[in-house]
Amino acid sequence: MSITLTVNGQRHELDVEPEMPLLWVLRDELGLTGTKFGCGVAACGACTVHVDGVAMRTCVTPVEAADGASITTIEGLAEASGAAPGELSALQAAWVAKQVPQCGYCQSGMLMAVSALLTENPQPTDEDIDAAITNVCRCGTYPRIRAAIRDVTAA
Amino acid sequence: MAFEMKKPSRRQFLIASGLVGGGLMLGYAMSGPSRRERAAGATGTKGGEAMVTTWLKVSPDNIVTVYVPHADMGQGVITALAMMAAEEMEADWSLVRAERAPADLAFANDALRGFFLKDSSVPGMLQGVNQYAWYKVAEGMSLQITGGSSSVRFTGQSGMRHSGAAAKEMLVKAAAARWGVSASDCTASMSTVTGPAGQSATYGELAAEAAEYSPSATPKLKPRKDYTIVGTPKPRFDIPGKVDGSAKYGVDAEVPGMLHAAVKLAPVFGSTVVSYDASEVLKRRGVKQVVEFPAGVAVIADNFWRAKEAALALDVVFDTKGNEATSSETIFAAQAEAIAKGESEEDVEKGDAAAAFAAEGAEIVAGQYRVPYLAHACMEPMNCTVWIRDGKADVWVGSQDALGTRARVADVAGIDFDNVTVHSLLLGGGFGRRIPVRAGRSEFPSEIDWAVMIAKEVDAPVKLVYTREDDIQHDAYRPAVTSHLRAVIGPDGYPTAWENRYVYKDDPAEAAHIPYAVPNQSIRVVELPTEIPRGPWRSVAHTQHTFFSESFVDELAYRAGKDPFEYRRALLKDAPRHLAVLEKAAEMAGWGSKLPEGRYHGIAVQESFESIVAEVAEISIVDGQPRVHRVVAAVDCGEVIHPDTAAQQVESGIIYGLTAALYGEISIEGGAVAQTNFTDYEMLHLSETPEIEVHFMDSNAPIGGLGEPATPVVSAAVANAVYAATGNRVRQLPFKLHDLSTVSDKFAQAAD
Repeated sequence: MSITLTVNGQRHELDVEPEMPLLWVLRDELGLTGTKFGCGVAACGACTVHVDGVAMRTCVTPVEAADGASITTIEGLAEASGAAPGELSALQAAWVAKQVPQCGYCQSGMLMAVSALLTENPQPTDEDIDAAITNVCRCGTYPRIRAAIRDVTAA
Repeated sequence: MAFEMKKPSRRQFLIASGLVGGGLMLGYAMSGPSRRERAAGATGTKGGEAMVTTWLKVSPDNIVTVYVPHADMGQGVITALAMMAAEEMEADWSLVRAERAPADLAFANDALRGFFLKDSSVPGMLQGVNQYAWYKVAEGMSLQITGGSSSVRFTGQSGMRHSGAAAKEMLVKAAAARWGVSASDCTASMSTVTGPAGQSATYGELAAEAAEYSPSATPKLKPRKDYTIVGTPKPRFDIPGKVDGSAKYGVDAEVPGMLHAAVKLAPVFGSTVVSYDASEVLKRRGVKQVVEFPAGVAVIADNFWRAKEAALALDVVFDTKGNEATSSETIFAAQAEAIAKGESEEDVEKGDAAAAFAAEGAEIVAGQYRVPYLAHACMEPMNCTVWIRDGKADVWVGSQDALGTRARVADVAGIDFDNVTVHSLLLGGGFGRRIPVRAGRSEFPSEIDWAVMIAKEVDAPVKLVYTREDDIQHDAYRPAVTSHLRAVIGPDGYPTAWENRYVYKDDPAEAAHIPYAVPNQSIRVVELPTEIPRGPWRSVAHTQHTFFSESFVDELAYRAGKDPFEYRRALLKDAPRHLAVLEKAAEMAGWGSKLPEGRYHGIAVQESFESIVAEVAEISIVDGQPRVHRVVAAVDCGEVIHPDTAAQQVESGIIYGLTAALYGEISIEGGAVAQTNFTDYEMLHLSETPEIEVHFMDSNAPIGGLGEPATPVVSAAVANAVYAATGNRVRQLPFKLHDLSTVSDKFAQAAD
């Protein structure tokens, strides 16, 4: 079965099993390793990308569900956010300013989840953030994630 | 663990070398030029550059590169260590770069080795690796390990500072000679040496000439008051790649021609493969091969998902060797029985505790505590990529010990150490999990061993990735531990005797010791092996013993009718550093002031890895569980190198410890782990994260560790707050096992 995906603006025709999760298509077929494997059961959010602008946990999303969709991964987040080539998005810049990542493994998914939240709700309350950002970070960067979000919403 | 060896007669000394084209390298050496040459070769140093230590390189373009022999798991050590070298060197920070040192003996952690040989206490979790490497490597101990909160303490203090200071002295000497002036009339600042008549030369310009000098064995170090780099929050080198997806972790390894492996592992520990039928899965799309190894069967495919789905479908028969009879209940029952039996080994014997307990009319308080197994659950599932061909092995992995990995791979593959190359990638979390020889115990093999065994059978590079289920069910766990505590209470309410009987002597050796002034102490340990793999887990034995000791001393305070903070203060009168952090944490928390309705405080203090941390947790009880609103931490870790990453490590340690205290339980059922994934091995989320405030004491104490010491304290602080709130003394973790919604009758009466 042929699947068509547009990933970070680039169109791909793929001959893969329709039930293969989008995560493994991105990582093993397209070589986009910024999207991470964390749990395989949509419990941690490390694999979050935007599918037609909506944050999705790709470890449980069959690629056929994204057939024809436009997908943004962490590698394309800056450009999709309108940043100049080589520049970071405002959200990524806030992540640098607050020195958020520790091991960094969950941060691709965190950034994708937060960016989708702020697109939908540019001024979230703390409760909105708590409800929307359920990604897991084992290093405990949560306080800085909240602080970085507040950097962006205050701007 | 017994560890004896002959001390080497070689002297540790600084070496320097110039390289073709003008440049400088500098490093500590154990055994002369072969080491220096190895370092140059391993870093790909070309003509035009030279190194002044194994750990520093000055290039003609005036860039200083610092090679850090530790893994940066997010603790910021690459940046912090580079800061220590650059400070002493008077380097311009904007011209400093840092890289992880290659897994080569030239970069073995001499500082840690030196520390060890001075008969000091290298964290025991490292000793297995030490011992192994010592045995394997004729040159000496090859330590490149990141653990025991040791990087800044040992490598930074002994290695980076001295290398930086020695390099500066050599550069100044070179400038003085060039200008025909006295070195004492020259000054070094911002990667430039300035002479008395206004002469000026950059480090890059002077590097080749500087390499002609021998580095001082005792370079003069800067006084702390003159620091301009250390103590400031320099942006970490590793952050940019972690926000744009470009950072490469072990699981991201890509080698041309690489295949993917997924495994079906025996659920019951100690099992072996009896038989399996691969005929169906071998017909599947992309599946290339099936490989058996002692604990399971691997499916090799052209894509991880295809390999994983096939491995799931594989029907494997295992011989469980009778281990299916083991459960958490049988393990805890055996621990209680072993303690009751009384055959124990001495940990601390002080005064005459036995007489104090036997005295007529002695008022005795007792508490039986226990904690379960815990998995590390690093965000990056375990993985290892191996390519074996032509008698050589290449390994791509994120490891807390790259050199130990190299030695382990050589051993498992049956390949000479020199023919193994480790390509270090980032670690998506470590916490003690990513050490190749688990607590020095080769009977607990890891995914690295399996990856090597699999790769030996495959004619291509193979990337083995564990699923999260494999990771949760095949970890090297923080052990389940029982501790039976008793104390004799004197007429003034303070303990005259303290007794602890616990299982497993783990590391650090002093974890069960108490800082309190108790004249009679008997702390003894019972050994009890099980087939459940165990290994170091963030703060190692402190995770359990801080909970035990700091909860029990709280019990004694309430028994005496005294405030738990004041009670500890009185018992710490001879421990000024402990007392200072305790008082600071209490002050930060507003201890004793009126809290909002339904809020309660709990306090705890512990020294670990030569840092002392006191924490106060503020909680309420929501649906029978503690809801932690705020945690304040006062930390005495000696000098703070990088205040921002230091605070991050404390925040991180608190959240890691809190997750375990609230939810962490690996239970054994039928000889296997009952939990499977984040769905039943639960994690703290953003919404449950307390407000955290960290204060570092102004301390002149030697540098202590920071990656671990905040972790163990929080479980006791929360347990003590739970007692303050409800009168329920939680003696078994995690909290989720207990319904804390009702206030105990006894406590309600006492409060009246």
